[in-house]
Amino acid sequence: MTDFAVECDNIVRTFRVGEVRALDGVSLRVPKGQVFGLLGPNGSGKTTMVRILSTILKPNSGTAKVMGFDVVKDAESVRKTIGMAGQYATVDENLTGFENIVMIGRLTHLTKKVARRRANELLEQFGLTDAGNRSVKTYSGGMRRRLDLGASLVSQPPLLFLDEPTTGLDPQSRQDLWGVIEQLIEGGTTVLLTTQYLEEADRLASQLVVLDHGKIIAEGTPPELKAQLGTTVLALTFESLEDAQKGGDIVKSLSDKPIHTEGSTVELTVDSGPATAAEAIRRIDAATIKLKGLALREPSLDDVFLSLTGHTTEVGDVNLAASTSQVSKG
Amino acid sequence: MTTENYVSELRWTLSDIATIARRNILTLVRIPTSLVFAIIQPIMFVLLFRYVFSGSINIPAGTYVNYLIPGILVQTTIFGAVGTAIGLAEDLQRGLIERFRALPMARSAVLAGRTISDVLRNIMIVVVITGVGFAVGFRPHGGFFPYIEACLLMLLFAYCLSWGFAFIGLAAPNSETAQAMTFPLIFPLTFASSIFVAINNMPGWLQVFARNQPVSQAANAVRALMLGYPVGNSVWVTLLWAAGALILLAPLATRRYRQAA
Ligand SMILES: Nc1ncnc2c1ncn2[C@@H]1O[C@H](COP(=O)(O)OP(=O)(O)OP(=O)(O)O)[C@@H](O)[C@H]1O
Ligand SMILES: [Mg+2]
Repeated sequence: MTDFAVECDNIVRTFRVGEVRALDGVSLRVPKGQVFGLLGPNGSGKTTMVRILSTILKPNSGTAKVMGFDVVKDAESVRKTIGMAGQYATVDENLTGFENIVMIGRLTHLTKKVARRRANELLEQFGLTDAGNRSVKTYSGGMRRRLDLGASLVSQPPLLFLDEPTTGLDPQSRQDLWGVIEQLIEGGTTVLLTTQYLEEADRLASQLVVLDHGKIIAEGTPPELKAQLGTTVLALTFESLEDAQKGGDIVKSLSDKPIHTEGSTVELTVDSGPATAAEAIRRIDAATIKLKGLALREPSLDDVFLSLTGHTTEVGDVNLAASTSQVSKG
Repeated sequence: MTTENYVSELRWTLSDIATIARRNILTLVRIPTSLVFAIIQPIMFVLLFRYVFSGSINIPAGTYVNYLIPGILVQTTIFGAVGTAIGLAEDLQRGLIERFRALPMARSAVLAGRTISDVLRNIMIVVVITGVGFAVGFRPHGGFFPYIEACLLMLLFAYCLSWGFAFIGLAAPNSETAQAMTFPLIFPLTFASSIFVAINNMPGWLQVFARNQPVSQAANAVRALMLGYPVGNSVWVTLLWAAGALILLAPLATRRYRQAA
């Protein structure tokens, strides 16, 4: 038996007869007993990766082993060892919460008795006991998410795939779900989680890979990635585009990361926010340029991407060239 | 694999099929509107043909209502297969089938469970329409057991055809399209047949199709059994069509299921 819950090498998966390379040679090693994060913007290939690992989709090439079983040759064994909650809560609207969990339990080949007992336990664990006998049609988005997650845990799988488990949830529900995932890890479950939020990856994952256009562009622990990135973003807004141009040139040397100009705002990723801000104000003042606003904030996924790839997450391929030209190394 | 493994695998396969079928039946009971309309439609056909068209339709022998009801029953069980297509298209659209594909359940269970629950629905409808038929003057003289035989024959026939509709449901982008896609198949099969009218009165070129197509064979067999006429070889021909449909369509639908995502 290996120590890795997931081992995959050079996974390639294309769609529309090769037009879209959703995964373009991805290799992963997910150690057992921790949360592994797959971070990436829309369309980066996260869902495709999860679908391949959960045997829903076959790769065009490359190999993947889940708990030691090949996802293509031994898909049946893989399905017996995993739990999976997809990106969109897929629960049966016309059944009750209880019936949904029992159904998944029965299809995972638990006995009727065990499936029912697990359903009651999970409804309780996810705060759905009162709603358990109501049709899922009456559930809110957050309740559906919790039910879906509960159903994926019915057979107590050692490995769980969660595709963007908190997207679309309000802050409170998100906090609650994080708590549940943390409990699972304490119980020894391995979790592979995809997310678009740096904050979520930071809070839950022991290790991360960052995906972009189907390729891994960075990997490491959250602190390692942040160190690569800097800890604070300093945003300086000027009166005019012209001032922003001049100001950008003056402050460029304060950061060793690429700086990003958008309209009349210049953004730098720095390690010590206040000190750098003070120095930036001094320099801008000395050059008699007018500053309209200044802000310090936590880096977002956009910043990670900017720093790693030179483009932000929203940038389509068409605008890539234009955007890259605005980025210059300090 | 050992014998024991085979037995346990078979047991779980049957359990998976039962779980899926049960879930479909629950849905049917929870949203009874679809069942209600599945019953209202054939009742409309019964009333329409019994009272509006019957005077202008010539049939070879006996009363028109006796001719009509066995035909309507066959038509209704075939229409039931539209539900198979819609149900699968909906499950696909909602991502449930995708979720099932990550479970260690039998690969065949979603389709088998669906087609079987649709048979149960068809049985309910057959019972209701039989009752309605009697209320409007249907008096079959074939006897009780031939009547049951006729019901089993048409349920089996519709079941085998429903695999083709399962394929349509899996190939359609959504449930509305799935429903629309079934019409060009279902209308010629049920109306250009011996279900409502005697084929002799159709134009010659149409008679060739109408006489030889499977639904006419099924309608003839069911009618002969119910009314106590000689069945000839119509029962065997119907069974052959059913077997042929199953052998061709079940693998087609199963293959489509494996590909669908
Ligand atoms: N079934 C499909 N048919 C065609 N293209 C697909 C299909 N599935 C995914 N793609 C394409 O593959 C790429 C990766 O998609 P994927 O769903 O894996 O991204 P993602 O990282 O999960 O995005 P999101 O954050 O929006 O969920 C996208 O360009 C997408 O359009
Ligand atoms: Mg996704």
